Amino acid sequence: MLIDYETLKLIWWVFVGLLLIGFALTDGFDMGVGALLPFLGKNDEERRVIINSIGRTWEGNQVWFITAAGAIFAAWPIVYAVAFSGFYIALLLALFALFFRPVGFDYRSKLQNPRWRSTWDWGLFIGGVVPALIFGIAFGNLLQGVPFHFDNELRAYYTGSFWGLLNPFALLAGVISLSMLVMHGAVYLQLRTEDVIYVRSQKAVKFFGGLLIITFALAGVWVAVGIDGFKVISMPPLDALPNPLAKSVEMVPGAWMSHYEMTPWTMLIPGFAFVGAFLTILLSHFNAPGRAFISSSATLVCVILTAGVSMFPFIMPSSTQPDSSLIVWDASSSHLTLTIMFWVTVILVPLIVLYTSWVYRVLRGKITVQYIRENEYSSY
Amino acid sequence: MSESVVELSRLQFAITAMYHFLFVPLTLGLSVIMAIMESVYVMTNKQIYKDMTLFWGKLFAINFALGVTTGITLEFQFGTNWAYYSHYVGDIFGAPLAIEGMMAFFLESTFIGLFFFGWDRLSKRQHLMVTWLVALGSNLSALWILIANGWMQNPVGAEFNYETMRMELMSFTEVIFNPVAQVKFVHTVSAGYVTGSMFVLGISSYYLLKKRDLAFARRSFAVAAGFGLAAVLSVIVLGDESGYAAGEVQKTKLAAIEAEWETEEPPAAFTLFGLPNQETQQTDYAIKIPYVMGIIATRSFDEEVKGIKELIEENEARIRRGIIAYGLFKQLRQQLKEGKVSEETKAEFDQYKKDLGYGLLLKKYTSKVVDATDEQIISAAHDTIPSVALLFWSFRIMVACGFLMLFIFVMAFYLTAKRTIMENRWLLWLALFGIPLPWIACEMGWIVAEVGRQPWSIAEILPTYLSTSTRSIGDLYFSLAGFIGFYTLLLVVELYLMFKYARLGPSSLHTGRYHFEKS
Repeated sequence: MLIDYETLKLIWWVFVGLLLIGFALTDGFDMGVGALLPFLGKNDEERRVIINSIGRTWEGNQVWFITAAGAIFAAWPIVYAVAFSGFYIALLLALFALFFRPVGFDYRSKLQNPRWRSTWDWGLFIGGVVPALIFGIAFGNLLQGVPFHFDNELRAYYTGSFWGLLNPFALLAGVISLSMLVMHGAVYLQLRTEDVIYVRSQKAVKFFGGLLIITFALAGVWVAVGIDGFKVISMPPLDALPNPLAKSVEMVPGAWMSHYEMTPWTMLIPGFAFVGAFLTILLSHFNAPGRAFISSSATLVCVILTAGVSMFPFIMPSSTQPDSSLIVWDASSSHLTLTIMFWVTVILVPLIVLYTSWVYRVLRGKITVQYIRENEYSSY
Repeated sequence: MSESVVELSRLQFAITAMYHFLFVPLTLGLSVIMAIMESVYVMTNKQIYKDMTLFWGKLFAINFALGVTTGITLEFQFGTNWAYYSHYVGDIFGAPLAIEGMMAFFLESTFIGLFFFGWDRLSKRQHLMVTWLVALGSNLSALWILIANGWMQNPVGAEFNYETMRMELMSFTEVIFNPVAQVKFVHTVSAGYVTGSMFVLGISSYYLLKKRDLAFARRSFAVAAGFGLAAVLSVIVLGDESGYAAGEVQKTKLAAIEAEWETEEPPAAFTLFGLPNQETQQTDYAIKIPYVMGIIATRSFDEEVKGIKELIEENEARIRRGIIAYGLFKQLRQQLKEGKVSEETKAEFDQYKKDLGYGLLLKKYTSKVVDATDEQIISAAHDTIPSVALLFWSFRIMVACGFLMLFIFVMAFYLTAKRTIMENRWLLWLALFGIPLPWIACEMGWIVAEVGRQPWSIAEILPTYLSTSTRSIGDLYFSLAGFIGFYTLLLVVELYLMFKYARLGPSSLHTGRYHFEKS
């Protein structure tokens, strides 16, 4: 096999990260726009403008999420098993909320009844807010460690409760996730609309950009002084067959900061997240939504990378039995599966980016009230 | 592992998968039918074919939205409810799912927006290409998910690794070219084409019966009749091929479908009707057709089809070997922990390891497995036979629907060619009320495929009983209630819109050319 096992395990950490980033960058603004819909659209036509600004492309964006889940299944089966079953209730709530989107977009304008339409508008709102919050809450819990352990046949037992997931730090992480996606969504709306909705979006960028800066800084301090990180004390060679029970792990205060202390340039990642958020607000204010969108995308990338880099090599630490934690080196699939999936990804993902860009280019331009009136029956 | 968590997890999977499959076959079929209609439009430049693409596209969208909604559930559910399964076989099973996302879902979902909103922004040919890409995307997704499902039925190209405690991939080409997966794919997409055709045929018949939008309805009817006839023939032929493949690798499934209790002299008879009784191991009031089953299942006159009683005996022997395998596996795990694995134990384990799964069947009765009593072994051997009556009847209902549709499509095609459909209103009524037939057949087909796989989640490797997550009953009631609530509500909404727009017909396009817009 062309690439050794150790390298592939690392590459797959990067790939899963990329898929999650792809999801945040694309479907992130769909969720953000959904969250803003009832507030930025004051009447039916305005709401239709907002819905149609994302309606033609959201479907492909959501596939980043589905594919990320599939890729985790293929590359880190045990992570998929433990995380999805452990976060059972939370994930189902996210799933139920996501139900509102496909039907919300497609069914909303098929009937004239205002109550019908307003119900689906709130459905789209839930479909944006709830998953954005829950994904953040999930990351907040990963950073603190999750109460699970394995038996000798690697059956996973989750010993926490759903309410335990909603601890203060995790809720803060939820607000970070929500505010960054709503900021991203507001910038996107500014790019695709005009007049009143444009102006209202501009205000939303300021509010949620500001909220992101405050909460992200708060979380940074909290991680540094308030929660224990995890540290691998000993483990088998990096290219060993994956066995999550073969290492020993300790909880150490401030351990999540160790990368930044050892490799100071990594401080640039959270640093750029702050700069990016500031810049997004400025560019949006000075009517440069295109550049603001690039800046807000960069912000999202940096926020997600900050979580990933802080935890590396941990994927899912266990708070009740730290040795059971899942890390990059002992949670992966076999060498052969990682190799095959490596080639599949290397070939297909660039192709996806290519045709997605083409579709966006074809469907570019501002959505206006005028357009909605002219396409009364064929638009969402 | 509590029995009720297993049962509830199964129930939830059955409900969500069968519900999802209410929408999938129509997506598969209608996407191709739309692409065909649009191809005719591009070739002939006749506006009516564009209207047809647009109108059937509207109904497609109503259906597609729920297909997407319910599809996400399935991508989650292996992890949420079948965590041990996901860990145990994720090394193989995860790959086709991930590839399905990258190769199929992206294609389908990215271009679907352009299909609806790209008419004015693309040239005719470009738009046609987009439509075909949507159809290609949905068909590719069927390919990959059926490769995954085919592997559950016939797990080739993989081996158990005691060090990682899971199945690991040995040959991806074997997984892809798994004969069970291949026949399943062609059988299932053809079933999708039949569903799409029956849908278009039935709704067009409604307009013809109402004498509305005749030109539109006639052309739609003709496309559906032609495409549907080809599809239904291929479903039946490939379904037969599927039976042959099952005869090769899934002998218990085949025996249960046929309620063949005893191994008969070849070629075995086919039981047309009867009441299978699992307790007494016989079929009451059986009506048999000689020779037919032996020929379908073995493609020969002298090979025998094994009966259930003989299979139980064989499986009992495998369970006994499985106990040895499990004992050796336990030793190996212990040795691994202590850091000194004996080559001897390994070699011995390798000899028995193909029966490890049969040993695991005993986990339901005793967690240690090696201390199983004869009584427990016999119970486990009986567990290896899925519910005979359910399979027997699901299969027969599926086949009956198939042949009824064959009749409808043959007549529709023949009368279209003769240009006398309008004089044969009985066929129009039959086609209209025949719309549910493909859905019944599809759901029954899934019951045959999946109930027939029991008691395994991965045939002969991992019992369903061991595959679930360690969640509480309360969690399962919560999720089950959520799914049932949401899905019922969504189905009501979907059917309401579907009926509304189907009744409205092409007038819903607001072109001014159709029935309800003319005064």
